[in-house]
Amino acid sequence: MSTLTVLYAILFYVAALILAGGLAWRVWSWFKTPAPLKVFLSPAPLESTGAACRVMREVVLFESLFKSSKWIWILAALFHASLAFELLVHLRYIMVPYPAPFALVQAFAEIGALGLLAGIAGLWARRLLIDRVRYISGLSDHLMLALLACIATTGLTMRLVAPTDIVGVKAFVLGLFLFDWQPLPGDFFLLAHLFLVACLMIVLPFSKLLHAPGVFFSPSRNQWDDAREHRHLAAWNAAFDAARKP
Amino acid sequence: MAQSQTTIPVLEEHLPIPAVAEGALSEPRSFVAKPELQAKLGFPGELVPDWEKKAVDKLEELLGKYRGLRVYLDICVKCGACTDKCQFFLGSGDPKNMPAARADLLRSLYRKHFTPGGRLAPDLVGAKPMTEAMLEEWYTYYHQCSQCRRCSLACPYGIDTAEISMAAREIMDCIGRGQKYTNEIIAKALEIGNNLGMKPPVIRNTLEGVEEDVEDDTGVAVKYPLDVEGADIMLVVPSADFFAEPHIEGLIGYGKVFHQAGLSWTLSSYASEAGNFGMFIGSYENMHAISNRIRKAALDLGVKRIVFGECGHAWRVAYSFLNTLAGPWDFLDPRYPVPQHICELTLDLIERGALSLDRSANDERVVTMHDSCNIARASRMGTRPGGQFDIPRAIIRASCNKFYDMHPDTIREKTFCCGGGGGLLTDELIPVRVAGAKPRMQAMKQVMDRHGVNTMVAICAICKSQFTKILPMYGFDSDMIVSLHQLVGNAIQLGAKE
Ligand code: SF4
Ligand code: SF4
Repeated sequence: MSTLTVLYAILFYVAALILAGGLAWRVWSWFKTPAPLKVFLSPAPLESTGAACRVMREVVLFESLFKSSKWIWILAALFHASLAFELLVHLRYIMVPYPAPFALVQAFAEIGALGLLAGIAGLWARRLLIDRVRYISGLSDHLMLALLACIATTGLTMRLVAPTDIVGVKAFVLGLFLFDWQPLPGDFFLLAHLFLVACLMIVLPFSKLLHAPGVFFSPSRNQWDDAREHRHLAAWNAAFDAARKP
Repeated sequence: MAQSQTTIPVLEEHLPIPAVAEGALSEPRSFVAKPELQAKLGFPGELVPDWEKKAVDKLEELLGKYRGLRVYLDICVKCGACTDKCQFFLGSGDPKNMPAARADLLRSLYRKHFTPGGRLAPDLVGAKPMTEAMLEEWYTYYHQCSQCRRCSLACPYGIDTAEISMAAREIMDCIGRGQKYTNEIIAKALEIGNNLGMKPPVIRNTLEGVEEDVEDDTGVAVKYPLDVEGADIMLVVPSADFFAEPHIEGLIGYGKVFHQAGLSWTLSSYASEAGNFGMFIGSYENMHAISNRIRKAALDLGVKRIVFGECGHAWRVAYSFLNTLAGPWDFLDPRYPVPQHICELTLDLIERGALSLDRSANDERVVTMHDSCNIARASRMGTRPGGQFDIPRAIIRASCNKFYDMHPDTIREKTFCCGGGGGLLTDELIPVRVAGAKPRMQAMKQVMDRHGVNTMVAICAICKSQFTKILPMYGFDSDMIVSLHQLVGNAIQLGAKE
């Protein structure tokens, strides 16, 4: 077992633990915090199903973004669709057996990666060129785009220029799941690609990437409008009732 | 005084998105509340020792109380969709009035103390400790947010900068840096019962005056009852309705509606205020205390229904929070929603044929409607989502012949704040108010040019006061702005149903 394999195996275990633990911690902090006032953004659906649909439209279609900014919507849709597609492409490293229908996506893997890069380039251009967006962008916003761009580029390079031993990669990945470590091919682009992915996993729960789980918890979108029908008390504001003269 | 410093802004056919102009609105700063005033609201009089730490502690407390605050501080991706949506940015170009930048003023402190990234690499993620300079920026720019929620509409995650500015103001109040204008009004509402500090005899006098005027005008003795025990309906109006123009015309209209429909109603001198500035400073305690005056008044008078007059933020607190703050309402008539909006009541009467309206009485008016932000994006009227837009318009159409909506991007849920909401309606903030009104003025000018509009209806006391003051600064007539129930009151044919 090479040192490299051991290092990467440990890196991915640590990254997975941080990702899962960090996400769980953040989501739990949202979950346990009460939302004692009705702060839906109206007009809002009147029932829970309507509110669930509203959130799903935000998640799947980016509805509010579509209404508020067509350019960001186009770029964000391109970016996220490509990202989802690439995740699908990468399922082949963890699925045994790998079902034939899934294999169809492989033919378009490069297009997905190019889409990803185009999306990143567009979003980055906005960040640099539009004075308003430049003003609100911090260093971390640029670094996040750089990280994603590097992940996409190293991946695409392996596809187009410097192929790696994908059978070996799959064995390594499956070995991680089974706690039966297999040697990791030592190609530069592969190592870079995997290292950057591990970085992404580690920063995710502590960065703005929390927007993915966070949108489900946004009261302006997930609350439904029954404010006049029901009281909306959490423990802390229910206590006010007791102190009230009749 | 402030008026002369403000140059008349030029309106173009379309409102351009301004270039970022750093510091454009950094000067106007509202007066700080004096110690005696702070004490009345239960806040420290001046900056407490160790206020930097106290601010962080208070933030931690609020993070544990409001899920929205926590989530919104965590998830902004700086996409920029909100950056051209805030009227205070559109009117000024000051980048700290872009919602994401405004939120960042608090977010940087949150990052510093409550996120691993902020602790490990503060510069990378823009984490900053509390300092005198940070407090100054908070004070300036969180008092340039009218909590209108236009940014939340635009944001892909619904991030509501209004929530963040409420939290920031609550923190500032709790470390001893309150805003004079808002806190003075809260103190009056708590001590006397209304924002203007009108004592019961004054209100009674005013109402008697109104009765005389209406009788002189129409020959009909319309009553404007105060503190009548056993009345069916308690009407709660913004106190500006008792004396300010054009507000009082709305009050006259409510009375005519009740009169013609033969409803038994009363105003209360104890709960003589619909508004609730407690919300503006994010203070649940103060919001609760003000709201429960309404509960007490309803119990004392033994009424069966509670109806609210025309006021924007008042209706937000009433519609969205009153049940939570002051309910349950099991002592009221369950056949009616609690509270009910005067527009719901009026339209229902119109639809049932209980009012006789002559549209031609308003024929000299070509009307448009300014949707008030709190009503549009934080409440509802009627049984369907969007009733808050359709019901007032239905009443307008029943009361006048000529109505034109403004550009669709500036009305209904996309409406702008008038520029004076959220505790900004004070003279020292005139430059901010002028800037914030610009998008509305531009949209209004468009329908004036195209359709000859000469009247703008609002159903909010703050909008009415703000426009009365600001319209002339844009070269328009201040009496263009009217109450919705002023149109109704004009059109109503008293005597026709007697
Ligand atoms: S629209 Fe929302 S996510 Fe985008 S910058 Fe504004 S607040 Fe942040
Ligand atoms: S709530 Fe309204 S005033 Fe405040 S930042 Fe958002 S858009 Fe601007």
